[in-house]
Order: sequence, then C-alpha cells, then structure tokens
Amino acid sequence: MARVLTVKHMNRCIACYSCMLACTRTVSGRFSLAASAIQIRTRGGLQSKLAADVCLGCAEPACAAACPPEALRPRPGGGVRFTRARCDGCGACVAACIARVIRMDPEDDRPIVCVQCGACAKYCPHDILEMAAVREGGA
Amino acid sequence: MVPEERVLNILHLDLDRLSWKKETRADLGDYLGGVGLASKLFAERWRPTMRPLDPEQPVVLAIGPLSTVFPLVTKTAAVFHSPLTGEWGESYAGMRLALALRFAGWDALVITGRAAQPVYASVAPDRVSFRDARGLWGLSTEETGRILREWEAGRGHRSIIRIGPAGERGVAFAGVNVDTYRHFGRLGLGAVFGAKNLKALAAYGDKNFPIPDRKAYRAVYDEVFRRAVNTGLLEKYHGLGTAGNIMVLDGLGALPTRNLRQSRFEHAARISGEAFAKQTLLRKLACPGCPVGCIHIGLYRRRFDTGHEYESTALAYDHELIYALGSLLGIGETDGVYALIEKVELLGLDAITSGVLLAWATEALEKGLLSADELEVRLAFGEPEGYLAALDRVVGQPNDLYRTLARGLEAAAHTYGGRDFALTLGGHEMAGYHTGYGFLLGQAVGARHSHLCNAGYAADQDLGPDFDAGVLVDRLIAEEKWRQVLNSLCICLFGRGLWDRETVRAALECLGIEAGGSFLTDLGDRIFRLKNKVKREMGFDFGTLRFPRRCLETPTLQGRLDEAVLKDLLKRYIAKAGV
Ligand code: SF4
Repeated sequence: MARVLTVKHMNRCIACYSCMLACTRTVSGRFSLAASAIQIRTRGGLQSKLAADVCLGCAEPACAAACPPEALRPRPGGGVRFTRARCDGCGACVAACIARVIRMDPEDDRPIVCVQCGACAKYCPHDILEMAAVREGGA
Repeated sequence: MVPEERVLNILHLDLDRLSWKKETRADLGDYLGGVGLASKLFAERWRPTMRPLDPEQPVVLAIGPLSTVFPLVTKTAAVFHSPLTGEWGESYAGMRLALALRFAGWDALVITGRAAQPVYASVAPDRVSFRDARGLWGLSTEETGRILREWEAGRGHRSIIRIGPAGERGVAFAGVNVDTYRHFGRLGLGAVFGAKNLKALAAYGDKNFPIPDRKAYRAVYDEVFRRAVNTGLLEKYHGLGTAGNIMVLDGLGALPTRNLRQSRFEHAARISGEAFAKQTLLRKLACPGCPVGCIHIGLYRRRFDTGHEYESTALAYDHELIYALGSLLGIGETDGVYALIEKVELLGLDAITSGVLLAWATEALEKGLLSADELEVRLAFGEPEGYLAALDRVVGQPNDLYRTLARGLEAAAHTYGGRDFALTLGGHEMAGYHTGYGFLLGQAVGARHSHLCNAGYAADQDLGPDFDAGVLVDRLIAEEKWRQVLNSLCICLFGRGLWDRETVRAALECLGIEAGGSFLTDLGDRIFRLKNKVKREMGFDFGTLRFPRRCLETPTLQGRLDEAVLKDLLKRYIAKAGV
C-alpha cells in the first residue's frame, strides 16, 4: 500500500535540517532550504519547540480539487501527484491547502509539492519522520 | 576549477556611513574560506597604528565552500583585533549563522567604522538594511533576540547575533551570542561590536544553488552522514556531550578546581555530564546541517518565593562552562552552575574568562591583594551568590577595581598582583584541561591561545608522561596547521575525525574545486604563517611567554611539571615552527 509522510515524534527534533536538505537534494537536485517541501521551524526562538510543516497526505486533497488544469491529482494512498507540464503557476493550490504547506518556488513559479518519496525520513537521525499508511478515513 | 578561480562574494558594511557594498573577489579562492579568507581580508585592512577598539579596525566573518552543503560543516569564523590580548582575535560560532550567510549568498562580511548611534544590520541577498537600535541598547541578549525575531524574516532559518550589556560597555571579554545557544565567545568580539555601536546583526536568505555533480555529491554526503550517525565516532558528543569530560578529567587528575589549587574535585560527580543529563536534560539541538545534535539544553528551575513558586529557563551546558563556572569556582551543584551560566548568557560575557577571572579574584581577596570594600561583594569558592553579583559589577564597572577586572585577568593581575596564580596563557584565560606540558605549551603558543588551536590536551593524553619533546612539538605544529584547513572549511572540530584529507578533497571536488597534490598542506602552512606574522606586528613575542606558577605547582595527569622542561619545549617550538 502507498504510504505518506508522517511526523511521529516532533518533540525529539534537534533542528539539524537534514530532512530539508535531503528533500531538495533528492527531488530537485538543488542545495536549498527554501525549495524543500518539508519545512522545520522554530515556534518562536530556539527556547521554544520545533514544528514541522509537511504535506498531510490528504485522502481527498483540496489542493488537487482546486487545481484548474489538473496538474495536481489525488495519489492513491494519500497525497498528490504533480505533473509539472500541466501546471500554469496560478497558485490555486497554495490557497486551498489547509495546512498551508504548499508554497510557490520563486525560481520557476511552480508549487513546491511533497512527492511522498520519503527521502526526508531516511535522513532524520532521530527517526521523527516516518512513511506510514494514511490515517483513518483515507482511501 | 582550481581554487583561485572561484569568485567570492564579500559584503562590506561601513558603519560610519551606514552603507554597504558588494565586492567580488576572484583572487582569494585559494584561501578556500573561513579562517583563511577571514585572515587574508583582515590582514588587508587592519591598521597597525590603531588600537583594537578603534572604529577603523575591521571585523571579518566568513564561511567556507562546504558550509551547510555537507554534514558537520557548521561554523562561521570571526577574525578581529582582540581587546583582551591586544593581539590576534579569532573565534568560531555554530548554529544558524553559516546557513543564513550561505543562503544570503555571502562568503564573507567585513565590518568597519562606528555608527553614530546604536544600530543593527539586517543582511539579505543583495541587500542590507540598518535600523536604529537605540531602544535595544542596554537590553540583555535574550530580550534583544526576542524583539529582533519579531522584525526579521525567515523564522527558523535566519540567524540573529547580538551583544549584551557587556559588549556595549566595552568589557574586554564580551562575546557575541549567536541564536540563543552558541557564541563567538572568546577574545572579546562583543566589545568590538559595542565599540562600533553595532548591537546586532541578522541574516537571512532563500537562495538556492545547483549541485554540479549530483551522483558524486550524494556519495560523499551519504558517507559522511553515515559515519556521523551510525558509527561510534561522534556518540560522545551526542550522548553526554562534552560535559562527559568532567568525570574523565577528574579521574585523570586534570580537572582544574578552585583556581587550580587542585586538579581533582571532590564534588565532580555532582556537576558531571551524567548528573546534568539525569537531573536536568530537556533536549538536544544541532547546528543546521549536522545530524549529531551535541547541544545539550537543560532545565534550570528555581524557587523565587515561599510556597510553590518556581521559575524556569532552558540553558545550554557543556564541559567548558561546567569547568569555568563550576569546578574552578568550587561550585559543586548543577543549580549554582546554571545560575552563573544564565548570568554570563544574559550579560553577553565569555564564560571561560569570567570563571577564570573570578577564581583569581577569590584567591586575591583571600590573600589581601583586593580590598573587600572595593569588591563590594563576598567572593568565596563554592558560593554562587557573590559571583553573580560580581559579574553584574564587572559589566557595570562602579569603581576602579571593576574597571580593571573588565579588562581581563592579565590587566587585573598586572595592577593588583597575584600573577603566580592568574591562570592565563598567552594573555588568554586558560581552558579546562590541566593535562600537562602539551596543553600548557599548546594554549600559550596557539594563534588564539585556546585549546582549539592545537589540542595539546589530547597530545598529553596520548603521549603520556614519558613523551619525547621533539614528537610533542612536531605534533602541536602539525595539528595547528591542519586545523587551519579545517577552519578554512568551517568544519566543526568535533567532526575532525571524519573529515580526513581524502574526505575533504572528495567533498571539494563535488563542487568542482580541485584541492589535490600538496594544496591542502600548503594552505595550512600559509595561513599559519600569515596569522603569526600579523600577531608579531601586533606586538606578540613568543620569547616572553610566561607560564603561571600555579600551573607548575598543581599536579597534572603527567604529574608535577618542571619549568625547565616547559622552557625547553617553548624553545624547540619557536625554532621548529619558525615563529
Ligand atoms: S531530520 Fe529529523 S531531527 Fe533533523 S530537523 Fe528534520 S525532523 Fe528534525
């Protein structure tokens, strides 16, 4: 069964950003934080906890529903598939995402979308991220 | 691409005019980056006729080509004219500064001049803004950070470095706090910022860079990452952290205690890494790009009133802090150490110098060299309250005594006496390893007079008491030269075990930088010589180095040290290193 990215133990995060660097390195062949589909952030300074903004792997993704040219389509098992060639950069997906994790890449005006490859999880030294079957109610 | 063909982006901040300019340099690539680049830029601009806090004196911050691109390459190097020693100033900080400069597209920052009133600088890709910081002047490092976080973009990925009241008031060992838990601690960069009216600097960027050879990059990255995470090589740093050294050094008889009247501490177990972890460890943090997570954050909880009235703070602890603010002051409980850590953090002081200075002052008071009246507070080993109050006064400088203490221990011992038990080496307050000849000589001759220069303490542990003088000296020189390379790449020295020459070469090659043949060896040698040349021009003289008597009286792990042997080692060092 297809799996989607899940944040299991965020309180254990050490803010090493290995996950973000792995995402951009693997998916877009770039060295970047900004282009990563997973974003680790502080919640207001390092004395606070850390938070991970990740694609929630929705079973019925609002981003896909909002995409006029169907560049984003629901992925069996949760999340979306992105067909870059169809995307016209309208940004409707950004507005539709309830978790607000989709952003436009200023490089090419296309959305940065999680492809559920699990590269980030593979590089997390604290096993915080995991590829798991989508939540209850999922397809 | 050979290194000298790389074009480096240097950002110049002129605080006199509150202006900035971008300079591209195609001639500095063969310094790689970090301390090599910073030393070169500093040497180009510093003014021999001017004092360390003269506005014209430059501060250079630099990162390297591998910064954040590879695991454990996390440091930013700072080079400046030290107000503490009057000579070479060099310091390193981890956390997010390197990452922020990398994504803002700057290889180095050169800061000169003095703003007419307090400012902070906000550095972004191709843009710098200066803001009026008069309202921040006088605020602690924590409060300054809080306010700037509200102004600055890039939550979680930006860096905010700032000084506290200590830097503003010119305390010669004031540091610059970096993103809450790291510091440019040593040699007084905070005072230099203060003299420039520069309260803080924020950096953020969202640039990205193509990876030239993805396959090769991935192979090198994965290998370094694997060794960092899956071999035991770095477990020490992630596990207990460097605080694990407390019990080890105590066991060896090498833990400086009560101003080094002892080299073992009867309460070592109560302030050990184990005790800190068991009783207080909250979590660990990492510098971005490093999967190790060596930064240990503990909970300092204290009652402020009767009943169940508690307040708490999260503070980072490590070996140097526990040594300087614990054993050296005879403080044998974690809460006392935490209270002092919190104080030096908020004021923006260097922790090691603060502890060594207070340890000397305690003994000088006992011996009647300092007047209790002028001191205003009671200093006694094992009692944090007096030390906390004294640190406030070192920053506030209410009288001549405190104005002198604010200039550091050399100045204080020069004025009030007690040089025999003033623990400075090459003018810099000693680090926490009373291991033997290697450490003493190493810290005294190292360019920045720090245990980070050549790891003399490690040589002592490896070579033991029956060492060969020639071997020891050779080892210190070779280590210091190789560290110029690691520091030019801004590799964290905790990771030096996995960043061997071959790995360094392979990593540089992924980015199209050829560093074959004797390039790296020559680079280390070149920077070593450049630093020592500038140091000499600043007035440093190897021949007049002094070793405090106390270091010879108290047994080390090599036993009691002989001054004649130390002098012989120094002579050999001068001859061999050609300094
Ligand atoms: S790799 Fe893991 S520990 Fe590191 S930032 Fe990402 S989630 Fe946190």
